[in-house]
Amino acid sequence: MSHWDCAIAGIAELTPTRRTEGETTLGMIARVSAEAVADAGLEPAAIDGLLVGPQVGETPQHVPATVSEYLGLRPTMSNVVDLGGASGAGMAWRAAAAINAGMCEAVLCVLANTREATPPRSPNRNPIREFDVPFGASGANAAYAMIAQAHMHHYGTTSEQLATAVAAQRRNAARHPQAIFRDAPITVDEVLNSPWVAEPLRLLEVVMPCAGGAAFVVTSARRARTLRQPPVLLAGAGEKVTHRAISGAPDLLSGPLKPAMARAFQQAGVDAGQMDLLSLYDCYSIMLAVTVEDAGLCPPGQGGPWLAAHDLSAEGDQPLNTHGGQLSFGQADLAGGMSHIIEAVRQLRHQAEGRQIANARHALITGNGATMSEATALVLRREQ
Amino acid sequence: MTLSKPGPQASPLSQPFWDGCRERRLRLQYCPDSDRWVFYPRALDPHSWSTNLQWRDASGRGTVASFIVVHKPGHPAFQDEVPYVVALIDLEEGPRMLSNVVGCAPDQVRIGQPVRVHWVEQGGEVLPKFIPEETA
Repeated sequence: MSHWDCAIAGIAELTPTRRTEGETTLGMIARVSAEAVADAGLEPAAIDGLLVGPQVGETPQHVPATVSEYLGLRPTMSNVVDLGGASGAGMAWRAAAAINAGMCEAVLCVLANTREATPPRSPNRNPIREFDVPFGASGANAAYAMIAQAHMHHYGTTSEQLATAVAAQRRNAARHPQAIFRDAPITVDEVLNSPWVAEPLRLLEVVMPCAGGAAFVVTSARRARTLRQPPVLLAGAGEKVTHRAISGAPDLLSGPLKPAMARAFQQAGVDAGQMDLLSLYDCYSIMLAVTVEDAGLCPPGQGGPWLAAHDLSAEGDQPLNTHGGQLSFGQADLAGGMSHIIEAVRQLRHQAEGRQIANARHALITGNGATMSEATALVLRREQ
Repeated sequence: MTLSKPGPQASPLSQPFWDGCRERRLRLQYCPDSDRWVFYPRALDPHSWSTNLQWRDASGRGTVASFIVVHKPGHPAFQDEVPYVVALIDLEEGPRMLSNVVGCAPDQVRIGQPVRVHWVEQGGEVLPKFIPEETA
């Protein structure tokens, strides 16, 4: 058995041409992918991993989600590999690493490009630009308001319940010296009286963009034990991508975090009830309600009442986003999502000064992208 | 100066959809291999990966799966329209489409409401918007 124990099982290639006319990168990816998967003798549904290149002309961001939606795939591992001419080879070992880590079983690695005589007028020609933007639906606000509306209609979730969680996170932020809103307390009424952005979501339920940054270093557990800080172990991870545009979401009431968290809990050998900290991605208030349901902390539809009933502070019965969440700590673009990891590590090191959760051992971290499309869950554990 | 609203940027693959709109026909792709309708237009059916796709006229009927009332548009060209309704429409044929519900006040829109396609010219293009079925 080789070091990797993985094989290349299917291949395909488009005939090189000097020029393309009216082709889209997505269409070319679709054709060559279908051939490769057929060559392997697999059904499309067997593909649960996706590695793509960065140069998908119609799709400057959210490339794996866009390709997944186009192909009807729902991978549990996906990535852009941006290594220039080494991207193809770089994909091969990354696919094997993901399979060996138990994140997926069959990875589609695909690269394709168009070559138009006259480059298109706009670099951004993705399906959202063509089929959503002309209807006045640019940006994420519309998508999460759709989710909130559906949740309220089907489950009776109220704005008051969501506002209670927003105000609680703001109180948490007051205890973090770096939180952007640390000196700006808000009440539930202030949340409820803030202006509509995309009804039923109001201004204070919507994350505010800001600048910032975050970083972390991963090494082996053995090496970490020799270093300066108490080791915080990666105990479990899960990932899922289901769609790109909100119209492509398989479910407005439950997201890809559900299977991602289930895999992370399974790998870690714990359940949601054992988490000392919930470090949950909160781009919008409604995301908290959907996530606590998908985590199994309460039955579907009970996320609103659950958020309102629990004490979310560091001393509370269910500490949640003790840094304030992105709604109150700040969403520094992609680093905003990493803030949930940084806070979890601080809490598990027992270094969250002024807001430390007593004896914190486990934390759940969720990451969420696009329109409840891209989901990654982590369980972190303090070594005893 | 009035900012013009961003129109659809069609590719040759999606052009039949927009040509259909100009003729007031809601044309979608249909895959006989999976017996499923496909929207948005693609090079293959995302259910079966069959490339055997045909353009067919859809009924234009659907129901509201969810909706929002936009007060702060993501694109400034829509500022004059607020408040307006953006909705997810479940077409009778299966696919879900994002559009606007027009022809009624925003507070008259409901999840589950039957709607029908309603053609609206916008910046030289014709867009498939929807109106409540009872006023169709």
